[in-house]
Amino acid sequence: MNPGHQDDQPGPASAANGGRLADNILYFARTLRGAGLRVGPAAVVEAVRAVGLAGITRREDFYWTLHSTFVSRHEDHPVFHEAFALFWRPRELVEKMLQMFSPMADPREREDERRAGQTRVSQSLFADREDRREPDLQRLEIDAVLTASEREVLHSKDFAQMSADELAAARRAIARLVLPVEAVKTRRFEPTSKIARIDARRMLGHATRTGGDLVIPKFRRRRTIHPPIVVLADISGSMAQYSRMFLHFLHALTEDRRRVHTFLFGTRLTNVTRQLRMRDPDEAIELCSHAVEDWSGGTRVGATLGEFNRRWARRVLGQGAIVLLMSDGLERDGDEELAREIDRLHRSCRRLIWLNPLLRFEGFEPRAAGVRAMLPHVDEFRPIHSLDAMSDLCGALGKANARQYDPRNWMQHRAA
Amino acid sequence: MSTRRPSASFPDTIDDALALLATGGYVADRALATVLFLSLRMGRPLFLEGEAGVGKTEIAKVLASALGRRLIRLQCYEGLDVSSAVYEWNYAAQMIEIRMREAAGDVDRGKLEKNIFSDRFLIRRPLLQALEADEAGAPVLLIDELDRTDEAFEAFLLEVLSDFQVTIPELGTIKAAEPPIVVITTNRTREIHDALKRRCLYHWVDYPDAERELRILAAKVPDAGPQLSAEIVAFVQKLRAQPELFKAPGVAETLDWATALIEMDKLALDPATVSDTIGVLLKYQDDIAAIEAGPGKKMLDEVKAELVAS
Repeated sequence: MNPGHQDDQPGPASAANGGRLADNILYFARTLRGAGLRVGPAAVVEAVRAVGLAGITRREDFYWTLHSTFVSRHEDHPVFHEAFALFWRPRELVEKMLQMFSPMADPREREDERRAGQTRVSQSLFADREDRREPDLQRLEIDAVLTASEREVLHSKDFAQMSADELAAARRAIARLVLPVEAVKTRRFEPTSKIARIDARRMLGHATRTGGDLVIPKFRRRRTIHPPIVVLADISGSMAQYSRMFLHFLHALTEDRRRVHTFLFGTRLTNVTRQLRMRDPDEAIELCSHAVEDWSGGTRVGATLGEFNRRWARRVLGQGAIVLLMSDGLERDGDEELAREIDRLHRSCRRLIWLNPLLRFEGFEPRAAGVRAMLPHVDEFRPIHSLDAMSDLCGALGKANARQYDPRNWMQHRAA
Repeated sequence: MSTRRPSASFPDTIDDALALLATGGYVADRALATVLFLSLRMGRPLFLEGEAGVGKTEIAKVLASALGRRLIRLQCYEGLDVSSAVYEWNYAAQMIEIRMREAAGDVDRGKLEKNIFSDRFLIRRPLLQALEADEAGAPVLLIDELDRTDEAFEAFLLEVLSDFQVTIPELGTIKAAEPPIVVITTNRTREIHDALKRRCLYHWVDYPDAERELRILAAKVPDAGPQLSAEIVAFVQKLRAQPELFKAPGVAETLDWATALIEMDKLALDPATVSDTIGVLLKYQDDIAAIEAGPGKKMLDEVKAELVAS
C-alpha cells in the first residue's frame, strides 16, 4: 500500500464531488457515442460508479476505469484513446478547438500523422462547426496517405435504388436458394417421433404424468443448422457491372441466414457485415458504398486474401464456415502470393466455393494466370455464363451437384 | 493501511489488486489491475479477450488461489448445452426409483413427481455449482473460450450473468446467495453479442511489452539466466512484429521456449538452436518456413547487436 495515494484524493471524496465529474463523464460518453462507440445510458451509470470506486489518483487509472466500462470491442480502443486524450485535457482541448474553428489551420498540424479514430472523434466533438471545416477534404487527405498502389482508384459509387418488384424477386430467390453445404449436424438435440436416440428426460417427464405406470420411449436426434457463411466479393473494375447485384444478393442473404460475414475487396479489404445488417436494402447498400473506397479500381486478390487470412480468418471462420468467393480471378500481381493465400484460406474453412461470372462462353479455358493459381485450391468452381439477374446467381449457387463443379474438371480441360 | 489483509478479502485499491495478482505469480499491467479491481468491487463479470496464449485463463486461476476461493471451470465447446453446463437429472436412478415405487405399490402421482425431480437426483454441472455457497466465499467461475459455443448458449448465459440465477423447470429458480466472481475468456474466433458484453467489464489482453515479458519470464522460469532471458524476450518481441505471421507466439510459447532451451543447457541463443526449436514458438508450417527463409537469422543478429549495445 502506498499511503501517498490515499492523500491525493481517496475514493469517497471523489464520489462526493461527483456532480461535475458525472456531468463530464456524461459528455465524454456522448462524444464517444458520436464517434461510433455503442455507449448506452447504463454504461454511463456504470462508469460514474466505477470512477467512484476506483477514485481519481492517477490519470492512468482513470483512463482504464473509463475504458473498462465504455469499450466493449477491441476495435474501439483507438477511438477511445483518441477521445480520452482530446477530452480530458482541457487546455489542449481549447487549442484544438481554436484550430478547428479557424479556416487557416496551423500547417504543422496538417503534417501530423492521423491516428485511427481521430477524424471520427473530432467530428463528434466539433459536430456543430462541421459546416465550416469541410470534413470531406480532411477525409481525402487521409485517403491520400493510405494510398498504397498507383493502380488504386478511389471513389465511391451510386447505385440505383431497388424497386419493390426487384426486392420481392430477390427475397423469393433467396428463400428458394439451397446452398451446397446446407446442414451441419450440431451437438444439440431436438425431439423426433422417429426411432433415434433415447431422450431420457422427456421420457421421465412423461412417465411422471402417468404416475410411473407408463414409461414410453421418447427419441431425440441431432439438430442441424446452417453453417456460417463468409462472402468475399470482388468489386474491382472488371466486376463492376455485377456489384449492385452482388450487394443486393448479399443483403438478402444476410437477412435470411443466421451468420453471414461479408467482405468486399478490390485493392483493399472492407468488412461490410454491419452495414448489410440494415433492414432497408437501399440504406444498407448506400452505407456499403460509403464504407468501400476502392470501387471499380484494380484488383489485388492475393494481397487482399492475405489480409483476410491474417486479420479476419480466425475471427470469422471459426465454426466451420463456408466461403463464397465471388471473383473473376483476374489478378495482375504475383501469382505465387495468390496461390499461397488461397491455399491458406482453403485450409481454414469448411468449403471454399468460387463463383466466377466472367465466363461468358461455354468453351471456357482457365488461361489467366490468376485463375490457374486459384483453381487447385478451391472445392467447387462455379462459372456463370450469363449473370443478369439475381435468380441466375442463386441458380449457380443452388445446384447441389457438387461433382459437376469439381475444379479438377477445369484443370483437365487445360491439360487436354 | 500498512497491515496486510487476509488474502480472502477483495482489494481496496488498484495497487492492492496489482499486489494480489503478484502474490499469485501473475505479472500484470496496471490496466488489467484496474479492470480486475472494478470487476471485484462492482460484482461484474470480467470479460477478457485476446489472442491465444496471452494468459487469460491464468488470470482466473491466480485470482482463485490468491483469494483462496474455489475455481470452477466451464470449458466451452460447440454445442455445449444446458445439460452439460448447468444441470442434468440422473435418469438411471430416477428409473430405478419409479420401479421401486411401482414394486411397493405406491401410485401417488404428485408425490412421485416431487420425489424423482428432487435434489437427490440432480447432477450439478459447473454453472449450478458456481451458484452454491462455499465456506471460503463465492467461488471463481471461469467460463473459458466462450467463442467456441453458439449464440443459443450465450443467450442462456445472459440470465445467469445478470441475476446470478438459473431456472430449472422441475425445481424452480436457484439463486446465488453471494454472486460468484465470473471471468469469461474468448479468443475472438467469433464476435460475442453486445448484450452479453454489456453486462461485463471488457478488457483486451495484449501481448506484454519487453519489460513486462522479462518479468514474467523471471517469475515463471527463474532458471533462465539473465543473458538467455533477455535474448529470448528480444527475439520473441521481434517475431511478434513480423507482419506476415499467421499466428504470433504468445507468452505461453515464450515460457515453453525458455523451458526447452534450459533443458538443452543453452546459455545463449545461436542460429542452429533457434532453427531446431522454432517449432515451440511457431505452430504453422508456413510461419516456420517464412521465418527460416530469411528474417530469422537477421532478427537473431539484431537481437545480439542490441543487447551488446545496451
